[in-house]
Amino acid sequence: MALLEIRNVTRRFGPLLAVDGVSLAVEAGEFFTLLGPSGCGKTTLLRMIAGFDQPDAGEILLDGADMADTPPEKRPIHTVFQSYALFPHMTVAQNIAFPLRMAGREPARIAQQVNDALRLVHLEEKDAHYPHELSGGQKQRVALARSLVNRPRLLLLDEPLGALDAKLREEMQVELIEMQRAVGITFVFVTHSQSEALALSSRIAVMNRGRVEQVDDPSRLYSQPRNRFVADFIGKINMLEGEVVAAAEGGARLRVPGLGEIESRGGSGLAPGVAAALAVRPEQVRIAEAGAELPLANRYAGKVRDFLYVGDVTTYIVDLPNGQQLRALLPNSAPGRAKFFEVGDAVTVAWPAEAGVMLAQ
Amino acid sequence: MASRRALRWLVGGPPFFFLVLFFLLPALIMVVASLRYPGDFGGLAPLVATRPGEEAGLTTETYRVFFSDWIYAEIFAKSFGVAALTTLACLVAAYPLALLIARSDKRHRDLMVLLVVLPFASNFLVRIYAWMIILGPFDLLFSRFAVIVGMVYVNLPFMILPLYTNLEKHDPVLLDAAQDLGANAWRRFWRVTFPLSLPGIFSGAALVFIPVLGMFAIPEILGGKDDWIVGNMIKESFLGTRDWPFGSMLSLMLTVAVLAVAGAASWLAGKALKRA
Repeated sequence: MALLEIRNVTRRFGPLLAVDGVSLAVEAGEFFTLLGPSGCGKTTLLRMIAGFDQPDAGEILLDGADMADTPPEKRPIHTVFQSYALFPHMTVAQNIAFPLRMAGREPARIAQQVNDALRLVHLEEKDAHYPHELSGGQKQRVALARSLVNRPRLLLLDEPLGALDAKLREEMQVELIEMQRAVGITFVFVTHSQSEALALSSRIAVMNRGRVEQVDDPSRLYSQPRNRFVADFIGKINMLEGEVVAAAEGGARLRVPGLGEIESRGGSGLAPGVAAALAVRPEQVRIAEAGAELPLANRYAGKVRDFLYVGDVTTYIVDLPNGQQLRALLPNSAPGRAKFFEVGDAVTVAWPAEAGVMLAQ
Repeated sequence: MASRRALRWLVGGPPFFFLVLFFLLPALIMVVASLRYPGDFGGLAPLVATRPGEEAGLTTETYRVFFSDWIYAEIFAKSFGVAALTTLACLVAAYPLALLIARSDKRHRDLMVLLVVLPFASNFLVRIYAWMIILGPFDLLFSRFAVIVGMVYVNLPFMILPLYTNLEKHDPVLLDAAQDLGANAWRRFWRVTFPLSLPGIFSGAALVFIPVLGMFAIPEILGGKDDWIVGNMIKESFLGTRDWPFGSMLSLMLTVAVLAVAGAASWLAGKALKRA
């Protein structure tokens, strides 16, 4: 039985359908992420799991038991809030002791557990400090320690890294994964950052307009997006729109105006004549000097329009013969060489038939 | 640098001189007045005798009288008791209302605050006399109870406003966090809302407690002659017996006592906040 089960949950705010018939199952021990743009309903769903909001329809089950009549304070579920929500009038140790005191533990055991929690988040020396004396990252750790200290069945994290700067965020990501493994508690993580979701999660549910678009592990989500929204939201992707001309067991051919026919191993289930798009990741597109012999099924001449140099890799934006732009990613692996092509250079771009996913309209 | 200092004086100077001229100086005049002899027909006797046998110069007579009779200490104690009771009653009455306003829809808050201060738009004495009409038929007039009812009625807004200002600033997510971590409504109040509202409680308490000590109209109208507090005694010294030195001395003693109580309260509050 799944630890958390969400069955056909719907939540309306006036005319707005915030959560629209969502069904999900989270297994014990998972690092499960709800990913989507702001306003997609992920935070509303999280608040319903925590108990701060009630579904208009559907049910939420924990260990198979319906949670509808259980108020938040009685649920074995804790939340790490985006703003941390540390109690400003309590020290770090008092903040962490709060859930233990509410649970009525004896003082000696509370002290022991608070110490263990402080060690878990590497804040042993800060026990007597007040929240306003801590840095953003330290507050974040206290909030985590406070939510984990009395071992909830489920930990909800509402964009907990949103307020941190990029470097600290990356550090905390690593720590979060380690912490989740160490305590073995199931995490349900909410974020709008696809890179964060890919880095942290064992499974991701991509949400859009109150609905779940796809639930998969990060690598499948990235390589096998089920629709245009997921393909576009997760990472960068090139979309080549056209019409299916032939589909067989081994793949399909897509006619793209101005480019001719594209060969793909995907899309075998599509009927000829339907509109479809091939979605190809920039790192799957090879780029070389004009006239270079690239033994790949799909090959086009192009001209470099622009490039984005970010240090480790450079993304080249190439104008195709039909006027469309194609992104190609090239790692800057050659020592002492920052880029391979200049704006205006004539190039060849190509990708194999195996690359990309065929998406129906 | 010099221009910045000049600007600082330009901005801070006028209020500074105002306070020196109309607050510090009068306070010092009171100190001197309390050490002089009363004039024959009120006011103060001259510092230098103008005719033989006249009491002139400085004396500690008023202080000797004050400390030689328990009656003054009793009146002080009674006054502080009335002030403390009034403050407590105001706090108990104001807290739920302040909380209600702070948690109401933003659009309604300003209107509710306006309603709280609306009584100030009518005359103070009229409002006190109105209480005579209310309390009279119940045979509650001219009692300690009537005095405290009047005091609470007049001072309630001074407790509500600072409390509201404090409570309105509380981050509602803290209550969510407390509930999420297992606190029921009762504990959410006592562990989060109440301790965070202590600064509001202290400023409200100060705004009620101190002025109550100096009030004389309410005890006189609603309490009758037997229920005097310090304010009545000071007023009587200046306007009744016309013994200015004695009145000045009482005022100073009241100031000293209030400062002592305020100091003790802030010390205790500091300790309580550390522990909470």
